[in-house]
Amino acid sequence: MNRHRRGWHRLCLALVVLAAAPAAPAAAPLVAAASDLRFALDEVAAKFARDTGDTVRIVYGSSGNFRHQIAEGAPFELFLSADEALVLALAKEGRTVDEGVLYAVGRIVLVVPEGSPLKPDPRLQDLALAVADGRVRKFAIANPEHAPYGRAAQEALTATGAWDAIRPRLVFGENVAQAAQFALSGSAQGGIVALSLALAPGVLGTARHAVIPEGMHRPLLQRMVLTKRAGATARAFYAYLQQPAARAVLKRYGFALPGE
Amino acid sequence: MDGAALLLSLQLALLTVVILVPVGIVAGRWLATRDFMARPLVEAIFALPLVLPPTVLGYYLLVAMGAASPVGRWYEAATGHPLVFTFDGLLLASVIFNLPFAIQPLQRAFEAIPEDLRHAASCCGLTSWQSLWRIELPLAWTGLLSAAVLTFAHTLGEFGVVLMVGGSIPGETKTVAIAIYDRVQGFDMAGAGLMSALLLALSIVAITVTYWTSARQRRKHASAD
Repeated sequence: MNRHRRGWHRLCLALVVLAAAPAAPAAAPLVAAASDLRFALDEVAAKFARDTGDTVRIVYGSSGNFRHQIAEGAPFELFLSADEALVLALAKEGRTVDEGVLYAVGRIVLVVPEGSPLKPDPRLQDLALAVADGRVRKFAIANPEHAPYGRAAQEALTATGAWDAIRPRLVFGENVAQAAQFALSGSAQGGIVALSLALAPGVLGTARHAVIPEGMHRPLLQRMVLTKRAGATARAFYAYLQQPAARAVLKRYGFALPGE
Repeated sequence: MDGAALLLSLQLALLTVVILVPVGIVAGRWLATRDFMARPLVEAIFALPLVLPPTVLGYYLLVAMGAASPVGRWYEAATGHPLVFTFDGLLLASVIFNLPFAIQPLQRAFEAIPEDLRHAASCCGLTSWQSLWRIELPLAWTGLLSAAVLTFAHTLGEFGVVLMVGGSIPGETKTVAIAIYDRVQGFDMAGAGLMSALLLALSIVAITVTYWTSARQRRKHASAD
């Protein structure tokens, strides 16, 4: 009985120690980033860590969700949106230090996974035909309600006149990275996603893509802003993102850069 | 494999168990021993998280704990940081959505204790508190173990509520279940697969333990009858 009891005490002690241990080492600043940046920004953050010794914690998601989370008091210090309207709305509500800066202009692509009967045609002409003749059963885009890349996809599909026909076939990702994952999962015949994701390592190898002409959707003006919570590291990362080293990475992922 | 997310999940699960087991003992014993008109309603309210879609629960928690709510404002004034999108908020949510997992096994265990035994204890001069510690809890330990294990396992697995009130913040609210979702979106199927296998194994262990304890309890009753 006594030995039994000692065992219990030891277990309880171990549990208390585990529960009390800090979950995160130091509080590296939190960055909310649009999902189209998933691979590009990881690279920039790694470069930033090498150059300065400071780290940031990046959360990827849909810009529309982040806009609401920041308004609700989420502890993000920097917000990289895929749609500048969301940043400007937060600035108007007094949640940010200023109106931020434009850091990139995004492009959308039609992605076609290996073995799909769909042609990677930039003007989406084949897509409308493919819906009609049954070659496309499922097609992935991000949710246009709150994901800027989803809205751009909807605009492009509307511009080609394919929107009404394709609507029953659409699967919606919560953000553009999930849409890309759906599009390339093999269960869909294609999707419209960010060029930056189609250029990511690993993904490019299996899928063909065609860049959709700029005129087919409103430009994806991507603006970033420091929130009222921003500390020194977040400010340094914000400045770093506007330096040539970071810009070169963004350019490699297919973003057009402001001032070029 | 996301070690930070795993550690966070374990901490969340452990703290939830530590908070909920005493709650489960008090509420379970109360429901097992008292008969009153509103009891079905009280039981239904405690059982709600079992049937309510996690997003519905998440929505109400978000509204109740958000920066604009009285609770959220009070908390921010007291601590300087908001309740939603923090570990504290996640813990509060976790305690609420695990209520039935802690209360129900304990209620069943207390119900299984013959009423005569409790009467005998009080006749011998034991207070209700002494009776709980010396007579009832030693008899209800299988229920206690089930409650702890189920609460622990369910916390590790909860997704919808955590996503809505937590916001997937590394080291703060990004649990293993959320990390799996995130890895899939990052095209890291190997990482997602490893974490999924780990949760699968943990769940199998947890469920086995609860079936083992309930079988033991049944056998004990069969021999007692």
